[in-house]
Amino acid sequence: MKPEAFAGSAALPSPSRRTFIGAGLAAGGALLLGFRMRSADAAGEAAASPFAPDAFVRMDRSGTVTLIIPQVEMGQGTYTSLSMILAEELDVDWNAVKVDHAPPSDALYGNPTFKEQMTGNSNSIRAFWMPLRKTAATARAMLVAAAAKRWKVDPSTCTTGDSQVLHAASNRKLAYGDLLADASHVEAPKDPPLKAVADFKLIGKPLKRLDTPDKTDGKAMYGIDAMPQGLKFATLRACPVFGGKVGHVDDSRARQVPGVRQIVVLDDLVAVVGDHMWAAKQGLDTLDVTWNEGEHANVTTEAVWRKIRAASEKDGLVAKSEGDFAKGIGEGEKMDAAYEMPFLAHATMEPLNCTAHVKPDSCEVWVGSQVLARAQKACAKITGLPLEKVVVHNHLLGGGFGRRLETDYVEKAVRIAQKVDGPVKVVYTREEDIRQDIYRPVYRDVMSASLANGRVVAWKHRVTGSSIMARFLPPLFEMTKHIDIDGVDSAVDVPYDIPNLRIEFMRDEPPGVPTGFWRGVGPNNNVFAVESFIDELAKKIGKDPVEFRRGMLGKNPRLLAAVNLAAEKSGWGSPLPARVGRGICAQGAFASFIATVIEAEVGDDGGVKLRRVVCAVDTGIPVNPDTIVAQLQGGLVFGLSAALWGEITLDKGRVQQGNFNDYRVLRIDEVPNIEVHVIPSGEAPGGIGETGTTAGPPALRNAIYAATGIALRRMPVDRALLARKTS
Amino acid sequence: MITLNVNDQGHDVDVPPDMPLLWVLRDVLAMTGTKFGCGIAQCGACTVHLDGTPVRSCLLPVGSIGARKITTIEGVGATPTGAKVQKAWLDLEVIQCGYCQSGQIMSAAALLATKPKPDDADIDAAMAGNICRCGTYVRIREAIKKAAEAA
Repeated sequence: MKPEAFAGSAALPSPSRRTFIGAGLAAGGALLLGFRMRSADAAGEAAASPFAPDAFVRMDRSGTVTLIIPQVEMGQGTYTSLSMILAEELDVDWNAVKVDHAPPSDALYGNPTFKEQMTGNSNSIRAFWMPLRKTAATARAMLVAAAAKRWKVDPSTCTTGDSQVLHAASNRKLAYGDLLADASHVEAPKDPPLKAVADFKLIGKPLKRLDTPDKTDGKAMYGIDAMPQGLKFATLRACPVFGGKVGHVDDSRARQVPGVRQIVVLDDLVAVVGDHMWAAKQGLDTLDVTWNEGEHANVTTEAVWRKIRAASEKDGLVAKSEGDFAKGIGEGEKMDAAYEMPFLAHATMEPLNCTAHVKPDSCEVWVGSQVLARAQKACAKITGLPLEKVVVHNHLLGGGFGRRLETDYVEKAVRIAQKVDGPVKVVYTREEDIRQDIYRPVYRDVMSASLANGRVVAWKHRVTGSSIMARFLPPLFEMTKHIDIDGVDSAVDVPYDIPNLRIEFMRDEPPGVPTGFWRGVGPNNNVFAVESFIDELAKKIGKDPVEFRRGMLGKNPRLLAAVNLAAEKSGWGSPLPARVGRGICAQGAFASFIATVIEAEVGDDGGVKLRRVVCAVDTGIPVNPDTIVAQLQGGLVFGLSAALWGEITLDKGRVQQGNFNDYRVLRIDEVPNIEVHVIPSGEAPGGIGETGTTAGPPALRNAIYAATGIALRRMPVDRALLARKTS
Repeated sequence: MITLNVNDQGHDVDVPPDMPLLWVLRDVLAMTGTKFGCGIAQCGACTVHLDGTPVRSCLLPVGSIGARKITTIEGVGATPTGAKVQKAWLDLEVIQCGYCQSGQIMSAAALLATKPKPDDADIDAAMAGNICRCGTYVRIREAIKKAAEAA
């Protein structure tokens, strides 16, 4: 792909407004198509933005098709997958497709599930599958109608392919590029026919990604690569205690650093601006700052755990109740357990950054964000400028993982930029990135179950933890009556057939520690608790973990098939050496049905070596099978990094980790082969980006359980607990 | 004034000699393909070649380089192993977010230049200094082998 394919939103034409699915000719004769999903309010907001084309598809006379992708690319392959969906229904020549970022606009590019422009929860394909197909099918029908009219034939006798309308009976064809003007006058059909699954030519094929060639030679532009004219460079330090403020600043030494141009002191942070990051960083290192640390100055990890453990012993809000738990728990053999998950940082490879240029009458921002419209609104609020005076250039994301669902780093950059003359690139050091994260919260899951006739008859799961939704989407939190629906995701829909069920949510906020979404979101915690507990229950009655699960998956045939395939491919049940075990995780999270078997070895010193990972996945119609495999491979590594190493701890209100030396992640020499088997399916596509992350920790934990008999109930893996006692 | 040879082109830069090469490349020469990841040589995102040897540019003082040739991700495609690695990376669709991949490709190209047929242990030793948060390691291993076959 040519570099200009990612020219950014500013390069787009400003077309006329349309309603619902509409089309029109823009400057240069390009055909614009789009759909609208939102309220009058949202439409008004979009009309106010000069960079908001209501269009997903732009065609020009030369036959080039530009697809404007509403979801951001952070490695998950969405530019390619969503393009494949559009190109499939549009019947365009795949080789002529170009991709562009959508500009900020909830009205035009809002995610149909979230009602705002947001990339998260592994839902891009689920949310846009039908809307994009319908948009593209509409366009195709209009092009066909235009050709049929010119030929004076019935449109139903025409077909399409490779950006052409064909009329086989008369052996005539017309390129889409030659039909644009005519097609723009055709009334958009209400219910254009969609292709049958059997007719798909692109969907289901492992097509090459559109974004990767530029990522092999340094051309790809991430937010951190923005270089507007006259740029200065800055790095910042916020109060190391959450909520603390700047006390006194002595900048006498920092001002002596060659290349330092300016010291910016705000109420909660300091920043040094220089000719380059080196000057800024040296300046920051020599800045003498005292902080007013505030009320969280004495927070420790132990205090956080004391608080959440106490909260988790109380009754929570009932998120789901089925059958009669109180009666069921009295029957059969009872078991209790509690599982605990630590704080985690995101540690995206691209450290947090944002470039901003604030002028009296405008604000321009260069950033990679999972919530582009939120970022734009945040800039407008800080600067007091009207929304249309805030231009946000989206970029590729060097990892998102939920961290870039937040706008705190954009807000900080804009506040710094307000004090700087000209554009300034604010780049976090890795240490600041880790210590000013918005963390995956600590969770405690209290489980109770009873067993009879080889299966679970009663099940209680109380999730205790921070409510991210209460902060992130307050109206939804109110609507769900203070039950965090993400917090109980994969708990309320436990995949097993259990007659008596009670699922509770207990909110407990860690003092001062900001909490947010982290790859795998709620299911991360809940799949771990469910699948760990299931293994312990199986052992209690002496059943094989796979057999035990099979017996309760009769009503979940897709997951049962995945379990069977993973067991077969992993050689489940075949003999293994001492202190080597296999563990399984079965999950239905994100509307994908996945079974994962991990084989791991526990050393005498408690060290854990991954030997083999096998995964079977039914994610519905596989849009791009190669991307599905890649996402599972990568997601598993992400989850296993957390299981083996991930924990953020606090002392004196401060995060104690700061870089990859003390916040460790897996390296290539720790990662074995990861086999992924994609199960063919005609069901609607499921989500995939986060599923591996959810699968890794429970499968590993259960492998360690099988290898040693030690039931780990906290993450990350405690090696001291696993070490062989020598006495 | 310091003179640098980057991808066979001379550049005169007016920067302090203790300034790491990474920031000279990115912020002074606007060659943004080389990435900042950790600043303490833990992640490998900033890897470049000095006379063909992989080094972490985030800790390399620009004044210590002298006449040695610097190769970056923007220029590695002109070397035989670099071109092979880039091709294998695309053939096997290694890349996800891509942010670490400049460094991964530089480390892999340097490995193949000294060891044309690396085994798993060679690959682990040469690549363990490069972190990928997207977890593309399985494909990195396969792609290095594929690039080696293309020799």
